[in-house]
Parts: sequence; structure tokens; C-alpha cells
Amino acid sequence: MNLSRILLGVTFANPTVLAAGPMGIVGSGWAAIVRAGAGGITTKSCWLEAHEGHPTPVAISTPHWTLNAVGLSQGGFDAAKAEIETFRAASKAPLICNIVAESVDHFGETAARYVTLHPDFLEVNISCPNVESDFGKPFSSNAKDAAAVTHAVKAKSGKTPVFVKLSPNVPNIGEIAKACVDSGADGITAINTVGPGLAIDLKSRMPILSNKVGGVSGRGIKPIALKCVADIYAATGGKTPIIGVGGVTTGEDAMEMLLAGASLVGIGTAIAERGLDVFGKVVEEMQAWGDAEGVKDVSELTGAMHRELSSRGSPYA
Amino acid sequence: MKRSPSAAGKHPAPVSGAISLDSTIPKTHHIAETRKLTEQVGLIRVAGTFGAKAGQFAMVWLPGLDEFPLSIADDDGEHVTFAFFAVGEGTKALAALKKGDLIGLRGPFGTHYRCDEAKRVVVVAGGYGSAPMRFAAKTVVTAGAQLDVIVGAKTEAMLIFIEELKALKPASMTIMTDDGSAGRKGFVTDALEELLVREGKTIDWVFTCGPEKMLTGISAMCHAHGVRAQLSTQRYFKCGNGMCGSCVVDPIGIRLCQEGPVLDNDTFRAVSEFGAYRRDGLGRKQNC
Repeated sequence: MNLSRILLGVTFANPTVLAAGPMGIVGSGWAAIVRAGAGGITTKSCWLEAHEGHPTPVAISTPHWTLNAVGLSQGGFDAAKAEIETFRAASKAPLICNIVAESVDHFGETAARYVTLHPDFLEVNISCPNVESDFGKPFSSNAKDAAAVTHAVKAKSGKTPVFVKLSPNVPNIGEIAKACVDSGADGITAINTVGPGLAIDLKSRMPILSNKVGGVSGRGIKPIALKCVADIYAATGGKTPIIGVGGVTTGEDAMEMLLAGASLVGIGTAIAERGLDVFGKVVEEMQAWGDAEGVKDVSELTGAMHRELSSRGSPYA
Repeated sequence: MKRSPSAAGKHPAPVSGAISLDSTIPKTHHIAETRKLTEQVGLIRVAGTFGAKAGQFAMVWLPGLDEFPLSIADDDGEHVTFAFFAVGEGTKALAALKKGDLIGLRGPFGTHYRCDEAKRVVVVAGGYGSAPMRFAAKTVVTAGAQLDVIVGAKTEAMLIFIEELKALKPASMTIMTDDGSAGRKGFVTDALEELLVREGKTIDWVFTCGPEKMLTGISAMCHAHGVRAQLSTQRYFKCGNGMCGSCVVDPIGIRLCQEGPVLDNDTFRAVSEFGAYRRDGLGRKQNC
């Protein structure tokens, strides 16, 4: 099976990409992740100006779930620029620059600044569940706000394709994805973390995270992510590229994500369980499965569940 | 949970009936003992075991206040000991805790010192880096290798674990202070250089922990003398379990909380940022 994928004119050696967040700060770390097998990387959410984030503890992991409320800490444009330049000097793999801002206007300004660094895609984070106490409900909470941010970013992003990253914590993610696409989004990334959730220490009777609550990721959220990706694929007529993210830990998980409608597959939390090598392992597992099944090209798998259902007269939606 | 290869699956079994502290998420425990080692250095002991090895660290959580990494100063199967410099907000709050108070712990994390088949190991401890080195020295003795100790600090009042190190009966023990208030006046690197010139061929490993400038000096010195070294390094460990990427170092992109903190000298030398810069909690480079 051919695993390389050309998406919106950008060639990925395989469909796996580092999801935004984990290992997201240091350029030489991104290069290490590509050496470990990833087809591309996504930066941590980048701001125009430095943003502190939350005090520690910010992230805790069990084999079942990870809870994080890092709070979008990042050093601003100059810090990101230095790391992106380091990565570009070390690796030819595509770089997706995830950006974040606190207002619609600032999203446009942030996009304008970051496209000067020539990312392969911009990914717009409107769905972090950990900063409600600072910024209120995420823009991805309703179609109107999501569309407004998309419009503002597209107005300033020139030819750089724009993916909007959505939250699963809404009643109808398909409707929000469609509103983004109607406002010019070139693709959708789904999902951001679930919840938020809570973990409590028994003896101290205290929440463990300093932010008290944090977004849930890890193996357990995969069914939610798959459903969201399938909903988005259906709502956008299978025409919009989707980066599927959420709980992907194995090659089989990645295959499922493709069948639901994804073109690329983000991996993040699985690093805690399988190490940086998770990318190479997932790619190997995909290759073995695809070869055994006689799949010629990985692109055949994107949305294949929908086609299978339709062929049986029972469309997904 | 992913652990470093050298740490995975090699933890000694806890003493029968001992409390296992091994956890990937913080769990609070009552402090069994607190002590002040020097004006700035506190000691805290908790009943239980991580099954940790010398050089590994734990994340210490003060509920509602802070979480930070501390190297494990001892893990004897019944108690875990931390020795720490009370310099930041978190460690000062830790120093104010009393017996019976709660602290949260998760770990152990990271790589550790390895004696392998060594016949002779020199342990070099500088300043705040002395905390894990008594544990490392104990490991050398347990492995049946000859132990030589070089320990230093700015002044006599800042030396820690001197009696405990002497009790291990090292073949030689050299104390260095910047001001000559104890032992010889000078740096641990002066004493190590002399030893390497004199007896380098008989030394299998140098184990060291201390300020970064000292580590870069020892790294270069050991390389020049053809003596292998394991060096304990430090960056901002935000999550401790290899996820956040705050402790990734240039240009090789390793995570010091997973692939470190104890590095072989070859790996240490491949990290060009040691002695030059480090990133803050937001990833901005700051000069060392």
C-alpha cells in the first residue's frame, strides 16, 4: 500500500502527523518526531505575544486517559519563528502551524503574521477547553463564532490552506464544520480534547490540576473522535480534507480514522504510552494491514465507511 | 506508561509489606520525617518505595500550590528521601512542611546511573547536585566497585551528606570548597583533573551531578582523558512524563525527562545547548 499522501498540494510521506500540543514547543523535537516516523508535525498553539498558561500540575496520564490544562502556554511569534526555522533546517517534512488568539480580530492579525513563516497549513485553534476562565466559551461552541474566526483568518492567510480545529463538546459538530467550510476553511481538524474532566486526590480532597479541570485525551476518546470525523465528513459532502485526531494509538486506530473520513491522522497523547516511536510503529502497522488487505493507495480508505454504507442503501447520515 | 529503556521493568521489588509509591498521577502521602541539612537545604522522608534507582526523579505536588521535579536522594525499599535547596516558591513551601503533612508524589521518572561491570567509579558532586549523589555512591558500593568521591560546595556550610558519604568508606574522598572553609580550596573539577591525570586508566566511570558549567567542564575533561562519564542534567520538566516537550534539547531533540536526566557523555556532548542556553516554561531561549 502506498502510504504517501498529497493533500492540498502538500506531500506527506505517510498520513500520520504530530497533533498540536504534545512535544509542540521545540523545533529539534519536531525533527526527532519526523525521524521517528511522522509524516508531518503540528506546532503547539502559537500566539502573537507570549502567553503564560496555567501553573503546574498541568498534565497527568494514566493508561486510560490523559488530563491536561497546560493553558496554551507559548512564547509568542519570535519564539515560534526560531523553532520553525530550526525545524525547516533539519527536516523537509510538512509543518502545520497551529495558531490561537483571544478575539476574532486578533485571529486575523495572528494568521497574517504566521503565514510569513510559510507553514504548509495553518491550523486555527478555536476549541481549547482549558482556558474558559480566561477567555470564556471557545469560538467553536457555535457556528456563528466559528465562521467569524474562519472568515477573519482566511482574509489574512493568502494562499496558505487553513484548517479549523473543532471541539467535540458541542451538540452538532457537523453544522459547525459546515459553517467553517462555507466561510472559506480549506480543511477541518477534529477533535480537540473532550470535557473538560476532573481528577481528585483522595487524601487531600483536592483537584490535581492547578486549573482544577482539564481536557481529556487518550485511548478512551477515540470513539468520540471517530463519530465527530464521520459527522464532519458527512456534513461537508466528503469534499473537505479532515485531519482526524483523538485517541489514535495503533495502526488500526489510524485506519479507523481514515475510514471515518480523515485524510491525515494526528497522534499526540499516545506518545505517553508508546514513546516517540509511536509514529513509526503506527505507520508500520498501517502498512502491514494495508498490504494484507490488498489496498493499493492509502487515499482509498478516506471515507470508505461512508461509501460502504451507501452501497448497502444505508447512508451514514 | 512509557518509561526510559534503562528504567523500564528493572525496579527492585519493594520490601515485603512496603508501600508502593510508584504512580503516574500524583497521590498524596503523609511525611514521615523532615530535617534541615543546611540553612538552605531541607530533607523530607516518606514511608514507601518507588523502586527507584539513583539519578531518577519524582514530581512533587503541593496541593493547590505547585508541582516540581526533585531528584530522589534515596530509596531504600522502606523510605524515599528528598534533599532539596529551598530557593523557589515551591521548594520554600516544601521546606515549611512538618511531619504528618501531605505531599503528592508521582514517579519514578527518567534514566539512572548504571554501574554495569565497573570496577572503579568516581562520584563527583557539586553544590545542589549533591542530593542524588549519595544514592549514586551507595549504588557503586552495592555493585561491588571501588568508590572514589569528590564533593564540593561554595562554603563548608553548604556541603551536604558528608558523614553519609564517609560512612560508605570510599577508597578516597576529596572535599573542595570555593573559599577553602572545608577541605581544599578550589573546585571539584580541579580535583577530578588531578585524579584523571594520575589514575584515569583505572577509572571505568565518572558519575556526576551539579551546576551546568561544572558538567560541561567534566564532560570535556573526561572525553579528553578517554574516561567514560554519566552526567545528570536539568531542564524545565513541566509534565515529567515525556508529553509536553518542555525539556527537549538541541540539536538532537531528546527529552531530558525521558531519555535523561542521566546521560552518557557521548549524548551529553551531542547536546550543543548545554552551557549555552536553556528554554523557559514558554519555550523561550535564555542564556545559561
